[in-house]
Amino acid sequence: MGHRERAREFVADVDRTRWHDQALWFVRSKRDQAADLVPDWEALRDQASAIKRSALTELPELWREFEEHATAAGTVVHWARDAHEHNEIVAGLLRDRSVRHVVKSKSMLTEECGLNSYLEAEGIEVIDTDLGERIVQLRGEPPSHIVMPAIHLQRAEIGELFAKEMGSAPDLDDPTELTDVARRDLRDRFLKAEAGLTGINFAIAETGGFVVVTNEGNADLGTALPGLHIASVGLEKIIPQQKDLAPFLRLLARSATGQAITTYTSHFRGPRPRSTQELHVVIVDNGRSQLLGRPAFREALGCIRCGACLNTCPVYRRSGGHSYSATIPGPIGSVLETSRDPATHAELPHACSLCGSCTDVCPVRIPLHHQLLAWRGELALSGHHPAWRRFSLNLVAWLFVRPTMYRLLGRFARGIGRRLPPTLREDLLPAWTRQRHLPTIPKSSFRELYRERQRQPKRPRPQAQPRPRHERNG
Amino acid sequence: MRVALFVPCYIDQLRPGVGLAALDVLEAFGFDVVFPEAQTCCGQPFLTAGESRSAKSLFHHYLDVFEDFDQIVTLSGSCAATVRCQLPNHVPGSRAKAIASHTFEFCEFLVAHDVASRNLGHFPHRVGLHASCHALRELGLGTPSELRHLGRPDPARSLLSSIQGLQLVDLTRSDECCGFGGVFSVEEEAVSCRMGLDRLADHQLAGSEVITSTDISCLFQLQGLGAKSQASGAPGFEFRMLHVAELLAESLAGITSQSTATQQENGGLHGTS
Repeated sequence: MGHRERAREFVADVDRTRWHDQALWFVRSKRDQAADLVPDWEALRDQASAIKRSALTELPELWREFEEHATAAGTVVHWARDAHEHNEIVAGLLRDRSVRHVVKSKSMLTEECGLNSYLEAEGIEVIDTDLGERIVQLRGEPPSHIVMPAIHLQRAEIGELFAKEMGSAPDLDDPTELTDVARRDLRDRFLKAEAGLTGINFAIAETGGFVVVTNEGNADLGTALPGLHIASVGLEKIIPQQKDLAPFLRLLARSATGQAITTYTSHFRGPRPRSTQELHVVIVDNGRSQLLGRPAFREALGCIRCGACLNTCPVYRRSGGHSYSATIPGPIGSVLETSRDPATHAELPHACSLCGSCTDVCPVRIPLHHQLLAWRGELALSGHHPAWRRFSLNLVAWLFVRPTMYRLLGRFARGIGRRLPPTLREDLLPAWTRQRHLPTIPKSSFRELYRERQRQPKRPRPQAQPRPRHERNG
Repeated sequence: MRVALFVPCYIDQLRPGVGLAALDVLEAFGFDVVFPEAQTCCGQPFLTAGESRSAKSLFHHYLDVFEDFDQIVTLSGSCAATVRCQLPNHVPGSRAKAIASHTFEFCEFLVAHDVASRNLGHFPHRVGLHASCHALRELGLGTPSELRHLGRPDPARSLLSSIQGLQLVDLTRSDECCGFGGVFSVEEEAVSCRMGLDRLADHQLAGSEVITSTDISCLFQLQGLGAKSQASGAPGFEFRMLHVAELLAESLAGITSQSTATQQENGGLHGTS
């Protein structure tokens, strides 16, 4: 089942689709207001995009610089070619230290690598500590959004889940009380954990340090107590200098949720001083260097995972994150996931009306909708489109470059269309006509009417008069 | 001034009245309009479906047909965007660049020639302007809500605001996509229709009597959805759907009290058919 069918299932629940759309539109509107309050918003986007674009051309140098400074600060740096290597490195570190309980703050990379199930298979308990991620973890689902993992759920559903999993009162649906239940449940797990896992939002070559942003402080709590902190980072997340953080931190929270800044912006540089804590950073490629080698799509690696393109996407808002069946949904996911596995995700570049709004909101100016368009071309050429679709489209194009053929084909099709009984006509094009009527088919085309018009003696045409001065600008 | 008219294939075949209305409007303002008959399609349907090579053959066809014109006016923001923003990426060279840059969306062309300051007649109706995504975000005609700090002028809005008696309604979402998107409308049918129905509900809430757009393809989507949901007993969406050219022709026709019969005969859709 592809995106189309899963989207159809989501849309079938009209009420859920409506509030999902409205909840995300509300977030997008907050983004608009926040962007509006920054006078140099467009310049900021230019700056961020330039830093990313330049960083992507010197990844080897930047990471070597990072490794040097990180190692000097006492951090252990690991390199993982793919998801399996990443999981094995993390599992190995935990195994060697007999760790049985792990708390993890939000990281789309560990979702991508399937780390949780890998560790659970080793008998290690992994607890997601971001509230939204905890909710979807308890439901056995993947996140449906990269910033708001449980945005597809309503309060009552969360109340039910907590009643079942945490023994709270059965009809709880007050957000504050629900958060309180989760907080109490999580607190024990924080205390019990022997290791804390995080992602990395920005790694800084100049210092060997990195930044993790959260709204819940769960990354701080999860790494402050245990003796082991493992941070996983994608190959693309490096920026050259500490000062480069400024534009990104200004853009990230505003683009994501309309906040001026995230509640917690935590800087890590080496293990906790005066402690026995260990800090490990795992740098993961997992297909990123291949994407780097494709100029048409390379810029997608600049993504800072703000989720603004999801919130503005009219398709995402109405089809839900799970309809993409991919770690990262929405426009950026459709680009990245198709790059990773074109055969599985060949429908995603088509789950887009090409409205272009994603490109407008992207804080690092990834030309998302043009990349989706480019992917369609790639997929057609690499045999991922049905042969009959390609054949019929190319046949029509072949006819359309021949004006006489085009004219005759048009006349023929209109003639047939007008003669068929309306119900039969509609039955022939079910994908259009299940919910839509066809336009009324006219007898003559424009070009036929134009010829007639040219043959007629010039009839008086409406002549526009200059507007009297006093009425102008009215 | 000599102007070539590019009539998109779906207007040519399904709504010829838009082309005739555009002729009337352009001639009313003194433009000498030529319709090169070898024209067919800009290539967009093939490009967005992923068939770049076919799209490219139509790009070459477009360039051959319109080579001799300095001003090409097209009745679709979407087709204008394909020619101006996509064609030069697929056909290299200065000839392609030049012809592409001479291609204008209808309202954009009129406003560039100061038509908004002329007497545009009388159209005493509540009108909802449906923003075409490609006019808005590819051609930069108007300001998308997500980039409102840019404050770009919107030619279609300027023209409509200059018509006496015409009242532009305020929509809750001024520029949400209608869900047409070419082949998207059938491949992602469920989402596409939901998008369109949401637009109709917004216009209903705003009290639009007429929905107008630079792109009739968006209006085919809205028209088709409105008519079918009405036929099936769902909340009635009774709007007239007019291309801006049709609306202008009707408004201008009032000035010389000329009948609009010609437009109505030729596919001007009234209400829900």
